[in-house]
Amino acid sequence: MNGIHDLGGLQCFGKIDNKDVDVKFVDDWERRLFASTLCSFGALGPIDAFRHAIEKMDPVHYLSSSYYEHWLEAVEARIKELNFTQSDIGVPLTPTDIESIVATGAHYARESVPENEPLAVGLEVRALPHSPEGHTRLPNYIKGKKGIITELRGTFVFPDTLAHGLGECEQPLYSVRFSSRELWAGRDPTNDAVHIDLWHSYLEVCDV
Amino acid sequence: MSDHHDAPSNPYLKKRRDSGETEKLTKRVQKIEQLLIDKGVVTKEALDRIIEIYETDIGPLNGSQVVAKAWADEDYKQRLKTDATKAIAELGFSGLQGEHMVVVENTPSVHNVVVCTLCSCYPWPVLGLPPKWYKEAPYRSRIVIEPREVLKEFGTNIPSATEIRVWDSSAEIRYMVLPQQPNYAKNMSEEELAKIVTRDSMIGVETL
Repeated sequence: MNGIHDLGGLQCFGKIDNKDVDVKFVDDWERRLFASTLCSFGALGPIDAFRHAIEKMDPVHYLSSSYYEHWLEAVEARIKELNFTQSDIGVPLTPTDIESIVATGAHYARESVPENEPLAVGLEVRALPHSPEGHTRLPNYIKGKKGIITELRGTFVFPDTLAHGLGECEQPLYSVRFSSRELWAGRDPTNDAVHIDLWHSYLEVCDV
Repeated sequence: MSDHHDAPSNPYLKKRRDSGETEKLTKRVQKIEQLLIDKGVVTKEALDRIIEIYETDIGPLNGSQVVAKAWADEDYKQRLKTDATKAIAELGFSGLQGEHMVVVENTPSVHNVVVCTLCSCYPWPVLGLPPKWYKEAPYRSRIVIEPREVLKEFGTNIPSATEIRVWDSSAEIRYMVLPQQPNYAKNMSEEELAKIVTRDSMIGVETL
């Protein structure tokens, strides 16, 4: 969804603040929430459903609240969406389980052959004006812009379906280079660029 | 220079919470924690262990060891550039939010910097949890459109002939910058090298 979380390219937020602040958690509830959230991905996840819950926040509240308040809203929303208070009792994660989860992680790449034949490195592509009502990882500032595929990252699960329980629908994922000139028209005379990872469905091949 | 540079930093974020608000947030988090424990998702000890891991065990010292080794050992640097996840795991760092790592190397002609415009994705196994500014609107919005101005606010001036490459972590690939080794550090041991590497240089907002 085209939501307030999609901040890339906005110019209304002033200077970078808190450059010297090196605290992980301001209040103790943030520390506890961080732990609860990580442990709840199995029960309340996947991570893209959690991200989408943040995206659906009231925009004014999103901008006025802190990072961990976003997490809190998302965890509460997931508990409600899944009617989790009514779910069965499970086998709880122990400190040993936690150590193994932290060290292993959750892998998003798949070995399977994707339905879509991967596009070639070097090809010029355009990001589609893809604007689903649900979750997506295609930022607005990239939409409609032309870039060059610089790497094939592999075959990755697709967040747009995964977030809504519609399956992994794995696809080729590319690193695509967009020049600052293309993104921001005449404002930038340099050779600067943004490199961003985009799924196959977000792209169309430009006509030669 | 346009007016928006004079705007107050992050003007929409509510900066202070009174004790009543903190108490409300604390209660909401306690409710979640209790629910997860009651439903058998996790034990209290496991939650405590997560906090301990991310507050004390994992942080930018991990990344600085990776950088120091890359500077000291050309073969390692090549492995890091070819398969960063595997090369980083050689030093014992892996897992959550670092499942698919890519390391981008700064050179005299290219300066790399990392962001996540849609949320705040960050390579936890090598850098720990992100600093506050990385998660806030000013950095996330501006670094893709005016990277040179943003870097200047960190005291970092990149020569106009050097290309700035901004990596927007929109998928599950996590990025770490391999800073340029400063001239004064050419003859240092790996251990000494690790000490001069900063977190901000591995995000790309600082040069060494």
